[in-house]
Amino acid sequence: MKDVAVVGVGMTKFGELWKKSLRDIFVEASLKAIENSGVDHIDSMYVGTMSSGLFVGQEHIGAVMADYLGVAPVPATRVESACASGGAAFRQAYFEIASGQSEIVLAGGVEKMTDGADVTDALATAADQEYEVYNGITFPGLYAMIARAHMHQYKTSREQLAHVAVKNHKNGSMNPNAQFRSPVTLEQVMKSTMVADPLRLLDCSPVSDGGAVVIVCSVDYAKKLKRPYVKIISSVQTSDTIALHNRESLTALKCVSVAAEKAYKQSGLKPSDINFAEVHDCFTIAEIVVTEDLGFFEKGKGGQAAENGSTSINGKIPINTSGGLKSKGHPVGATGIAQIVECYVQLTGNAGERQVKNAKYGLAQNMGGSGASCVIHILEAV
Amino acid sequence: MCNSHFRGSMISPRYHREVPQRYRLEAGKCKQCGHISFPPRLICPKCKSKSFETVKLSRDGKILTFTIIRVAPEKFSKETPYVVAIIELNNDVRLTAQVADCNVNKVAIGDKVKLVFRKIQDEGKSGLHCYGYKAVLG
Repeated sequence: MKDVAVVGVGMTKFGELWKKSLRDIFVEASLKAIENSGVDHIDSMYVGTMSSGLFVGQEHIGAVMADYLGVAPVPATRVESACASGGAAFRQAYFEIASGQSEIVLAGGVEKMTDGADVTDALATAADQEYEVYNGITFPGLYAMIARAHMHQYKTSREQLAHVAVKNHKNGSMNPNAQFRSPVTLEQVMKSTMVADPLRLLDCSPVSDGGAVVIVCSVDYAKKLKRPYVKIISSVQTSDTIALHNRESLTALKCVSVAAEKAYKQSGLKPSDINFAEVHDCFTIAEIVVTEDLGFFEKGKGGQAAENGSTSINGKIPINTSGGLKSKGHPVGATGIAQIVECYVQLTGNAGERQVKNAKYGLAQNMGGSGASCVIHILEAV
Repeated sequence: MCNSHFRGSMISPRYHREVPQRYRLEAGKCKQCGHISFPPRLICPKCKSKSFETVKLSRDGKILTFTIIRVAPEKFSKETPYVVAIIELNNDVRLTAQVADCNVNKVAIGDKVKLVFRKIQDEGKSGLHCYGYKAVLG
Protein backbone atom coordinates (compact mmCIF):
# COMPACT_ATOMS: atom_id res chain seq x y z
CA MET A 1 0.00 0.00 0.00
CA LYS A 2 1.31 3.42 -0.92
CA ASP A 3 1.22 6.40 1.43
CA VAL A 4 -1.57 8.68 0.27
CA ALA A 5 -1.79 12.47 0.24
CA VAL A 6 -4.25 15.26 -0.40
CA VAL A 7 -2.49 17.75 -2.61
CA GLY A 8 -5.10 20.32 -3.49
CA VAL A 9 -8.59 21.40 -2.50
CA GLY A 10 -11.41 23.50 -3.86
CA MET A 11 -14.94 24.37 -2.86
CA THR A 12 -17.74 26.69 -3.83
CA LYS A 13 -19.36 28.98 -1.35
CA PHE A 14 -22.12 27.03 0.42
CA GLY A 15 -25.60 28.51 0.47
CA GLU A 16 -28.62 29.16 -1.71
CA LEU A 17 -26.90 29.26 -5.08
CA TRP A 18 -29.94 30.10 -7.20
CA LYS A 19 -27.95 30.90 -10.32
CA LYS A 20 -25.79 27.77 -10.30
CA SER A 21 -26.76 24.29 -11.46
CA LEU A 22 -25.71 21.00 -9.85
CA ARG A 23 -23.12 20.38 -12.55
CA ASP A 24 -21.73 23.92 -12.53
CA ILE A 25 -21.31 23.79 -8.76
CA PHE A 26 -19.32 20.57 -9.03
CA VAL A 27 -17.19 21.75 -11.94
CA GLU A 28 -16.42 25.07 -10.23
CA ALA A 29 -15.13 23.25 -7.12
CA SER A 30 -13.21 20.75 -9.29
CA LEU A 31 -11.44 23.42 -11.31
CA LYS A 32 -10.37 25.18 -8.11
CA ALA A 33 -9.00 21.93 -6.68
CA ILE A 34 -7.17 21.01 -9.86
CA GLU A 35 -5.60 24.46 -10.06
CA ASN A 36 -4.75 24.40 -6.37
CA SER A 37 -2.96 21.05 -6.73
CA GLY A 38 -1.04 21.81 -9.90
CA VAL A 39 -1.88 18.44 -11.48
CA ASP A 40 -2.07 18.28 -15.29
CA HIS A 41 -4.58 15.41 -15.49
CA ILE A 42 -6.70 13.06 -13.40
CA ASP A 43 -6.93 9.30 -13.82
CA SER A 44 -10.35 8.82 -12.32
CA MET A 45 -12.99 10.50 -10.18
CA TYR A 46 -15.54 9.77 -7.47
CA VAL A 47 -18.53 11.99 -6.80
CA GLY A 48 -20.44 11.84 -3.55
CA THR A 49 -24.06 12.90 -3.72
CA MET A 50 -26.86 11.77 -1.49
CA SER A 51 -29.94 12.30 -3.56
CA SER A 52 -29.43 14.15 -6.83
CA GLY A 53 -32.29 12.04 -8.21
CA LEU A 54 -34.80 13.43 -5.72
CA PHE A 55 -33.34 16.93 -5.48
CA VAL A 56 -32.94 17.66 -9.21
CA GLY A 57 -34.05 14.48 -11.01
CA GLN A 58 -30.56 13.61 -12.22
CA GLU A 59 -28.80 10.28 -11.64
CA HIS A 60 -25.67 8.95 -13.41
CA ILE A 61 -23.78 11.76 -11.73
CA GLY A 62 -20.30 10.35 -12.40
CA ALA A 63 -20.75 10.63 -16.14
CA VAL A 64 -22.45 14.03 -15.98
CA MET A 65 -19.58 15.51 -14.01
CA ALA A 66 -16.79 13.88 -16.07
CA ASP A 67 -18.46 15.22 -19.21
CA TYR A 68 -18.83 18.79 -17.93
CA LEU A 69 -15.38 18.80 -16.36
CA GLY A 70 -14.05 17.77 -19.77
CA VAL A 71 -12.20 14.71 -18.52
CA ALA A 72 -14.15 11.89 -20.24
CA PRO A 73 -13.27 9.05 -20.84
CA VAL A 74 -11.80 8.71 -17.31
CA PRO A 75 -13.73 6.37 -15.01
CA ALA A 76 -16.25 8.43 -13.04
CA THR A 77 -18.38 6.90 -10.30
CA ARG A 78 -21.06 8.28 -8.04
CA VAL A 79 -20.75 7.17 -4.40
CA GLU A 80 -23.76 7.23 -2.11
CA SER A 81 -23.88 6.70 1.62
CA ALA A 82 -26.55 9.28 2.53
CA CYS A 83 -24.98 12.22 4.39
CA ALA A 84 -21.66 10.32 4.47
CA SER A 85 -21.47 10.17 0.66
CA GLY A 86 -18.60 12.66 0.51
CA GLY A 87 -16.50 10.82 3.06
CA ALA A 88 -17.19 7.52 1.31
CA ALA A 89 -16.17 9.02 -2.07
CA PHE A 90 -12.92 10.26 -0.53
CA ARG A 91 -12.24 6.80 0.85
CA GLN A 92 -12.62 5.26 -2.62
CA ALA A 93 -10.03 7.69 -3.96
CA TYR A 94 -7.75 6.79 -1.05
CA PHE A 95 -7.99 3.07 -1.91
CA GLU A 96 -7.38 3.66 -5.60
CA ILE A 97 -4.17 5.57 -4.88
CA ALA A 98 -3.03 3.27 -2.06
CA SER A 99 -3.41 0.25 -4.34
CA GLY A 100 -1.25 1.84 -7.01
CA GLN A 101 -3.97 1.58 -9.66
CA SER A 102 -3.99 5.32 -10.34
CA GLU A 103 -1.63 8.27 -10.05
CA ILE A 104 -4.15 11.08 -9.45
CA VAL A 105 -7.78 10.75 -8.37
CA LEU A 106 -10.34 13.50 -7.92
CA ALA A 107 -12.74 13.02 -5.00
CA GLY A 108 -15.65 15.39 -4.73
CA GLY A 109 -19.09 15.86 -3.34
CA VAL A 110 -22.02 17.99 -4.38
CA GLU A 111 -25.68 18.63 -3.64
CA LYS A 112 -28.27 21.02 -5.05
CA MET A 113 -31.09 21.21 -2.52
CA THR A 114 -32.88 24.45 -3.36
CA ASP A 115 -34.39 23.59 -6.74
CA GLY A 116 -37.87 22.95 -5.31
CA ALA A 117 -37.88 19.36 -4.04
CA ASP A 118 -39.58 18.48 -0.73
CA VAL A 119 -36.30 18.49 1.19
CA THR A 120 -37.68 16.96 4.40
CA ASP A 121 -39.08 14.11 2.33
CA ALA A 122 -35.86 13.59 0.36
CA LEU A 123 -33.63 13.63 3.43
CA ALA A 124 -35.90 11.15 5.17
CA THR A 125 -34.97 8.54 2.55
CA ALA A 126 -31.75 8.06 4.55
CA ALA A 127 -33.85 6.51 7.33
CA ASP A 128 -35.87 3.28 7.20
CA GLN A 129 -38.65 4.11 4.70
CA GLU A 130 -40.97 1.29 5.74
CA TYR A 131 -40.59 1.31 9.53
CA GLU A 132 -39.58 4.84 10.49
CA VAL A 133 -40.56 7.30 7.77
CA TYR A 134 -43.86 5.53 7.03
CA ASN A 135 -44.96 6.38 10.56
CA GLY A 136 -44.26 10.09 10.20
CA ILE A 137 -40.75 10.58 11.57
CA THR A 138 -38.43 13.20 10.06
CA PHE A 139 -34.66 13.62 10.30
CA PRO A 140 -34.83 16.40 12.86
CA GLY A 141 -37.27 14.09 14.68
CA LEU A 142 -34.77 11.22 14.82
CA TYR A 143 -32.03 13.42 16.27
CA ALA A 144 -34.58 15.00 18.59
CA MET A 145 -35.27 11.53 20.01
CA ILE A 146 -31.51 11.05 20.54
CA ALA A 147 -31.40 14.48 22.21
CA ARG A 148 -34.28 13.73 24.54
CA ALA A 149 -32.77 10.38 25.52
CA HIS A 150 -29.37 12.02 26.12
CA MET A 151 -30.95 14.79 28.22
CA HIS A 152 -32.86 12.17 30.21
CA GLN A 153 -29.88 9.89 30.80
CA TYR A 154 -27.06 12.41 31.30
CA LYS A 155 -28.90 15.59 32.33
CA THR A 156 -27.61 17.32 29.20
CA SER A 157 -29.34 20.70 29.19
CA ARG A 158 -31.21 22.57 26.47
CA GLU A 159 -28.67 25.41 26.88
CA GLN A 160 -25.77 23.03 26.27
CA LEU A 161 -27.26 22.10 22.90
CA ALA A 162 -27.54 25.79 22.08
CA HIS A 163 -23.87 26.38 22.91
CA VAL A 164 -22.92 24.12 19.99
CA ALA A 165 -24.83 26.36 17.59
CA VAL A 166 -23.39 29.55 19.08
CA LYS A 167 -19.81 28.24 18.81
CA ASN A 168 -20.25 26.94 15.25
CA HIS A 169 -21.82 30.17 14.02
CA LYS A 170 -18.92 32.07 15.56
CA ASN A 171 -16.45 29.83 13.69
CA GLY A 172 -18.47 30.10 10.48
CA SER A 173 -18.37 33.88 10.67
CA MET A 174 -14.64 33.54 10.01
CA ASN A 175 -15.06 31.23 7.00
CA PRO A 176 -15.61 33.05 3.67
CA ASN A 177 -17.25 29.92 2.19
CA ALA A 178 -19.82 29.51 4.97
CA GLN A 179 -23.53 29.84 4.29
CA PHE A 180 -24.17 31.75 7.52
CA ARG A 181 -21.49 34.23 8.49
CA SER A 182 -23.60 35.75 11.21
CA PRO A 183 -22.94 34.91 14.86
CA VAL A 184 -26.00 33.90 16.90
CA THR A 185 -26.66 34.35 20.61
CA LEU A 186 -27.74 31.72 23.11
CA GLU A 187 -31.05 33.53 23.40
CA GLN A 188 -31.64 33.48 19.64
CA VAL A 189 -31.08 29.72 19.55
CA MET A 190 -33.29 29.15 22.59
CA LYS A 191 -36.12 31.20 21.10
CA SER A 192 -35.92 29.97 17.50
CA THR A 193 -38.86 28.07 16.03
CA MET A 194 -39.44 24.59 17.39
CA VAL A 195 -38.90 21.97 14.64
CA ALA A 196 -39.01 18.67 16.56
CA ASP A 197 -38.94 19.00 20.35
CA PRO A 198 -36.45 19.60 21.86
CA LEU A 199 -34.66 20.70 18.66
CA ARG A 200 -35.26 24.20 17.32
CA LEU A 201 -34.46 25.75 13.96
CA LEU A 202 -31.03 26.96 15.11
CA ASP A 203 -30.15 23.44 16.28
CA CYS A 204 -30.49 22.24 12.68
CA SER A 205 -28.02 22.47 9.81
CA PRO A 206 -29.51 24.37 6.88
CA VAL A 207 -30.67 23.38 3.41
CA SER A 208 -27.74 24.21 1.14
CA ASP A 209 -26.26 24.05 -2.31
CA GLY A 210 -22.54 23.52 -2.67
CA GLY A 211 -19.65 21.45 -3.89
CA ALA A 212 -16.24 20.49 -2.51
CA VAL A 213 -13.40 18.64 -4.24
CA VAL A 214 -9.96 17.36 -3.26
CA ILE A 215 -7.14 15.90 -5.32
CA VAL A 216 -5.66 12.66 -4.01
CA CYS A 217 -2.31 11.16 -5.02
CA SER A 218 0.58 9.25 -3.48
CA VAL A 219 2.91 11.04 -1.08
CA ASP A 220 5.73 10.41 -3.58
CA TYR A 221 3.75 12.06 -6.36
CA ALA A 222 2.77 14.96 -4.10
CA LYS A 223 6.44 15.66 -3.38
CA LYS A 224 7.10 15.95 -7.11
CA LEU A 225 4.31 18.49 -7.48
CA LYS A 226 6.04 20.76 -4.97
CA ARG A 227 2.73 21.95 -3.56
CA PRO A 228 1.56 21.82 0.06
CA TYR A 229 0.13 18.40 0.88
CA VAL A 230 -1.16 16.49 3.89
CA LYS A 231 -0.94 12.77 4.55
CA ILE A 232 -3.93 10.47 5.13
CA ILE A 233 -3.02 8.26 8.10
CA SER A 234 -6.41 6.65 8.83
CA SER A 235 -9.38 5.75 6.67
CA VAL A 236 -12.24 3.86 8.29
CA GLN A 237 -15.90 3.27 7.49
CA THR A 238 -18.58 1.54 9.55
CA SER A 239 -22.30 0.75 9.44
CA ASP A 240 -25.06 0.14 11.98
CA THR A 241 -28.79 -0.63 11.95
CA ILE A 242 -30.73 1.57 9.54
CA ALA A 243 -33.50 2.21 12.09
CA LEU A 244 -32.62 4.19 15.19
CA HIS A 245 -34.97 2.05 17.29
CA ASN A 246 -32.85 -1.06 16.67
CA ARG A 247 -29.63 0.44 18.10
CA GLU A 248 -28.16 -0.96 21.30
CA SER A 249 -28.13 2.54 22.78
CA LEU A 250 -30.19 5.62 21.93
CA THR A 251 -27.62 7.95 23.48
CA ALA A 252 -24.49 6.67 21.72
CA LEU A 253 -23.50 6.25 18.09
CA LYS A 254 -21.79 2.89 17.81
CA CYS A 255 -20.85 3.52 14.18
CA VAL A 256 -18.72 6.41 15.47
CA SER A 257 -17.08 4.71 18.46
CA VAL A 258 -16.20 1.59 16.44
CA ALA A 259 -14.79 3.67 13.57
CA ALA A 260 -12.86 5.88 15.98
CA GLU A 261 -11.26 2.94 17.71
CA LYS A 262 -10.10 1.55 14.37
CA ALA A 263 -8.91 4.97 13.16
CA TYR A 264 -6.81 5.52 16.29
CA LYS A 265 -5.35 2.03 15.97
CA GLN A 266 -4.51 2.56 12.28
CA SER A 267 -2.72 5.84 12.99
CA GLY A 268 -1.18 4.89 16.33
CA LEU A 269 -2.77 7.97 17.88
CA LYS A 270 -4.95 8.58 20.92
CA PRO A 271 -7.90 10.98 21.09
CA SER A 272 -5.70 13.42 23.04
CA ASP A 273 -3.20 13.51 20.13
CA ILE A 274 -5.80 15.01 17.76
CA ASN A 275 -5.42 18.80 17.47
CA PHE A 276 -8.81 19.58 15.92
CA ALA A 277 -11.78 17.75 14.38
CA GLU A 278 -14.47 18.40 11.83
CA VAL A 279 -17.51 16.42 12.99
CA HIS A 280 -20.95 15.77 11.56
CA ASP A 281 -23.08 18.34 13.43
CA CYS A 282 -26.20 17.94 11.30
CA PHE A 283 -27.97 18.82 14.57
CA THR A 284 -26.42 20.26 17.74
CA ILE A 285 -27.01 17.02 19.65
CA ALA A 286 -25.01 15.13 17.01
CA GLU A 287 -21.88 17.14 17.81
CA ILE A 288 -22.30 16.43 21.52
CA VAL A 289 -22.75 12.67 21.06
CA VAL A 290 -20.03 12.40 18.41
CA THR A 291 -17.39 14.23 20.49
CA GLU A 292 -18.10 11.72 23.27
CA ASP A 293 -17.96 8.72 20.97
CA LEU A 294 -14.71 9.93 19.37
CA GLY A 295 -13.23 9.73 22.88
CA PHE A 296 -12.63 13.46 23.31
CA PHE A 297 -14.91 13.57 26.35
CA GLU A 298 -16.27 11.06 28.80
CA LYS A 299 -19.67 9.65 27.88
CA GLY A 300 -22.37 12.08 28.98
CA LYS A 301 -19.97 15.04 29.31
CA GLY A 302 -20.24 16.31 25.72
CA GLY A 303 -22.83 18.91 26.67
CA GLN A 304 -20.64 20.31 29.45
CA ALA A 305 -17.70 20.44 27.05
CA ALA A 306 -19.72 22.52 24.61
CA GLU A 307 -20.75 24.84 27.42
CA ASN A 308 -17.34 25.36 29.02
CA GLY A 309 -15.51 26.22 25.80
CA SER A 310 -13.49 22.99 25.47
CA THR A 311 -14.55 22.73 21.81
CA SER A 312 -13.90 26.34 20.77
CA ILE A 313 -10.93 27.26 18.58
CA ASN A 314 -8.73 27.96 21.60
CA GLY A 315 -10.18 25.12 23.67
CA LYS A 316 -8.87 21.65 24.54
CA ILE A 317 -10.05 20.16 21.23
CA PRO A 318 -11.36 22.64 18.65
CA ILE A 319 -14.44 21.19 16.94
CA ASN A 320 -15.77 22.40 13.60
CA THR A 321 -13.46 25.35 13.06
CA SER A 322 -15.07 25.68 9.61
CA GLY A 323 -18.43 26.46 11.20
CA GLY A 324 -19.50 22.83 10.78
CA LEU A 325 -22.62 21.75 8.98
CA LYS A 326 -24.55 24.13 11.22
CA SER A 327 -23.04 27.37 9.96
CA LYS A 328 -20.92 26.49 6.94
CA GLY A 329 -23.95 24.71 5.44
CA HIS A 330 -24.81 21.09 4.65
CA PRO A 331 -25.11 20.38 0.92
CA VAL A 332 -25.36 16.74 1.92
CA GLY A 333 -23.06 14.97 -0.54
CA ALA A 334 -20.44 17.74 -0.34
CA THR A 335 -20.15 17.73 3.44
CA GLY A 336 -17.68 14.87 3.86
CA ILE A 337 -15.33 16.41 1.31
CA ALA A 338 -15.70 19.91 2.79
CA GLN A 339 -14.49 18.45 6.10
CA ILE A 340 -11.34 17.21 4.34
CA VAL A 341 -10.95 20.66 2.78
CA GLU A 342 -11.00 22.25 6.26
CA CYS A 343 -8.48 19.70 7.56
CA TYR A 344 -6.18 20.51 4.63
CA VAL A 345 -6.53 24.26 5.12
CA GLN A 346 -5.81 23.95 8.86
CA LEU A 347 -2.91 21.52 8.46
CA THR A 348 -1.24 23.67 5.80
CA GLY A 349 -1.60 26.74 8.04
CA ASN A 350 -3.95 28.63 5.76
CA ALA A 351 -7.04 28.98 7.98
CA GLY A 352 -6.51 32.68 8.68
CA GLU A 353 -8.29 33.99 11.75
CA ARG A 354 -9.74 30.58 12.57
CA GLN A 355 -6.33 28.85 12.43
CA VAL A 356 -5.66 26.25 15.15
CA LYS A 357 -2.15 26.80 16.51
CA ASN A 358 0.42 24.04 15.88
CA ALA A 359 -2.09 21.80 14.15
CA LYS A 360 -0.44 18.47 13.37
CA TYR A 361 -3.33 15.98 13.34
CA GLY A 362 -6.88 16.67 12.12
CA LEU A 363 -9.81 14.24 12.24
CA ALA A 364 -12.83 14.30 9.90
CA GLN A 365 -15.98 12.42 10.96
CA ASN A 366 -18.80 12.15 8.42
CA MET A 367 -22.06 10.35 9.23
CA GLY A 368 -25.04 9.00 7.31
CA GLY A 369 -28.64 8.81 8.46
CA SER A 370 -29.24 8.76 12.20
CA GLY A 371 -25.89 6.99 12.57
CA ALA A 372 -26.20 4.01 10.20
CA SER A 373 -22.98 4.99 8.40
CA CYS A 374 -19.81 6.65 9.57
CA VAL A 375 -16.59 7.55 7.78
CA ILE A 376 -13.54 8.76 9.69
CA HIS A 377 -10.26 10.04 8.27
CA ILE A 378 -7.24 11.30 10.16
CA LEU A 379 -4.89 13.62 8.29
CA GLU A 380 -1.35 14.62 9.24
CA ALA A 381 0.56 17.78 8.46
CA VAL A 382 3.97 17.19 6.85
CA MET B 1 -46.19 1.93 -0.59
CA CYS B 2 -47.46 5.31 0.49
CA ASN B 3 -44.38 7.02 -0.80
CA SER B 4 -44.68 10.29 -2.62
CA HIS B 5 -42.00 9.32 -5.11
CA PHE B 6 -44.20 6.61 -6.61
CA ARG B 7 -47.75 7.75 -7.16
CA GLY B 8 -50.16 5.10 -8.35
CA SER B 9 -53.90 4.67 -8.47
CA MET B 10 -53.96 1.09 -7.21
CA ILE B 11 -52.81 -0.31 -3.92
CA SER B 12 -49.22 -1.19 -4.53
CA PRO B 13 -47.29 -4.42 -4.09
CA ARG B 14 -44.92 -2.46 -1.85
CA TYR B 15 -47.72 -1.60 0.55
CA HIS B 16 -49.32 -5.03 0.32
CA ARG B 17 -46.23 -6.98 1.35
CA GLU B 18 -45.92 -5.02 4.61
CA VAL B 19 -49.53 -5.77 5.62
CA PRO B 20 -48.77 -8.73 7.94
CA GLN B 21 -46.35 -6.58 9.93
CA ARG B 22 -48.33 -3.35 9.93
CA TYR B 23 -51.81 -4.82 10.50
CA ARG B 24 -51.06 -7.85 12.64
CA LEU B 25 -47.61 -7.08 14.12
CA GLU B 26 -46.18 -10.33 12.74
CA ALA B 27 -42.51 -10.83 13.52
CA GLY B 28 -39.90 -13.53 12.94
CA LYS B 29 -38.67 -15.43 16.00
CA CYS B 30 -35.30 -17.12 15.48
CA LYS B 31 -35.61 -20.86 16.09
CA GLN B 32 -31.97 -21.03 17.18
CA CYS B 33 -31.47 -18.09 19.58
CA GLY B 34 -35.01 -16.82 20.16
CA HIS B 35 -34.28 -13.26 18.99
CA ILE B 36 -37.36 -11.59 17.56
CA SER B 37 -36.94 -9.55 14.38
CA PHE B 38 -39.55 -6.97 13.47
CA PRO B 39 -40.09 -6.79 10.58
CA PRO B 40 -39.11 -10.42 9.81
CA ARG B 41 -35.68 -10.91 8.25
CA LEU B 42 -34.09 -13.67 6.18
CA ILE B 43 -31.12 -14.04 8.51
CA CYS B 44 -30.98 -13.52 12.28
CA PRO B 45 -28.85 -10.47 13.14
CA LYS B 46 -27.76 -12.10 16.40
CA CYS B 47 -26.86 -15.71 15.52
CA LYS B 48 -27.06 -15.80 11.68
CA SER B 49 -29.60 -18.62 11.69
CA LYS B 50 -32.00 -18.69 8.73
CA SER B 51 -34.77 -20.53 10.51
CA PHE B 52 -37.70 -18.55 11.92
CA GLU B 53 -41.23 -19.01 13.19
CA THR B 54 -43.89 -16.31 12.85
CA VAL B 55 -44.97 -14.74 16.13
CA LYS B 56 -47.20 -11.79 16.99
CA LEU B 57 -45.71 -8.94 18.98
CA SER B 58 -47.10 -7.82 22.29
CA ARG B 59 -49.18 -4.66 21.89
CA ASP B 60 -48.08 -3.32 25.27
CA GLY B 61 -44.92 -1.37 25.89
CA LYS B 62 -43.35 1.84 27.13
CA ILE B 63 -41.87 4.99 25.65
CA LEU B 64 -38.05 5.06 25.56
CA THR B 65 -37.78 8.46 23.88
CA PHE B 66 -40.00 10.70 21.78
CA THR B 67 -40.30 13.95 19.88
CA ILE B 68 -43.10 16.29 18.87
CA ILE B 69 -43.00 16.85 15.11
CA ARG B 70 -43.76 20.50 14.30
CA VAL B 71 -42.40 20.51 10.74
CA ALA B 72 -43.53 17.46 8.77
CA PRO B 73 -43.20 16.18 5.21
CA GLU B 74 -46.11 17.24 3.01
CA LYS B 75 -48.18 14.09 3.57
CA PHE B 76 -48.17 14.57 7.36
CA SER B 77 -48.27 18.38 7.38
CA LYS B 78 -51.95 18.62 8.32
CA GLU B 79 -51.38 16.52 11.43
CA THR B 80 -48.76 18.64 13.21
CA PRO B 81 -48.01 18.80 16.04
CA TYR B 82 -47.85 15.05 16.56
CA VAL B 83 -45.76 12.79 18.78
CA VAL B 84 -43.44 10.10 17.43
CA ALA B 85 -41.82 7.75 19.92
CA ILE B 86 -39.46 4.82 20.11
CA ILE B 87 -41.38 2.17 22.01
CA GLU B 88 -40.08 -0.94 23.70
CA LEU B 89 -42.70 -3.66 23.65
CA ASN B 90 -43.01 -6.23 26.40
CA ASN B 91 -41.16 -8.83 24.35
CA ASP B 92 -38.12 -6.51 24.02
CA VAL B 93 -38.84 -5.53 20.42
CA ARG B 94 -38.47 -1.82 19.70
CA LEU B 95 -40.28 0.14 17.04
CA THR B 96 -41.08 3.69 15.98
CA ALA B 97 -44.71 4.81 16.10
CA GLN B 98 -46.87 7.86 16.54
CA VAL B 99 -48.50 8.39 19.91
CA ALA B 100 -52.10 9.30 19.08
CA ASP B 101 -55.04 10.75 21.04
CA CYS B 102 -52.83 12.54 23.55
CA ASN B 103 -52.00 15.99 24.81
CA VAL B 104 -48.59 16.31 23.11
CA ASN B 105 -47.26 18.28 26.07
CA LYS B 106 -48.08 15.53 28.56
CA VAL B 107 -46.11 12.65 27.02
CA ALA B 108 -43.06 11.46 29.01
CA ILE B 109 -40.28 8.91 28.81
CA GLY B 110 -41.41 5.75 30.61
CA ASP B 111 -45.11 6.21 29.83
CA LYS B 112 -46.95 2.93 29.27
CA VAL B 113 -48.55 2.61 25.84
CA LYS B 114 -50.65 0.17 23.85
CA LEU B 115 -50.42 -0.27 20.07
CA VAL B 116 -53.69 0.16 18.18
CA PHE B 117 -54.71 -0.21 14.52
CA ARG B 118 -54.96 3.17 12.81
CA LYS B 119 -54.84 4.93 9.49
CA ILE B 120 -51.30 6.22 9.02
CA GLN B 121 -51.37 8.13 5.74
CA ASP B 122 -52.91 8.31 2.25
CA GLU B 123 -51.32 6.86 -0.83
CA GLY B 124 -50.82 8.81 -4.02
CA LYS B 125 -53.19 11.18 -5.72
CA SER B 126 -56.17 8.83 -5.38
CA GLY B 127 -55.86 9.05 -1.60
CA LEU B 128 -56.10 5.34 -0.76
CA HIS B 129 -55.84 4.88 2.97
CA CYS B 130 -52.74 3.18 4.37
CA TYR B 131 -52.96 1.58 7.79
CA GLY B 132 -50.66 0.38 10.52
CA TYR B 133 -49.98 0.80 14.23
CA LYS B 134 -50.02 3.85 16.46
CA ALA B 135 -49.61 3.95 20.22
CA VAL B 136 -52.06 5.31 22.75
CA LEU B 137 -51.22 6.07 26.37
CA GLY B 138 -52.25 3.69 29.12
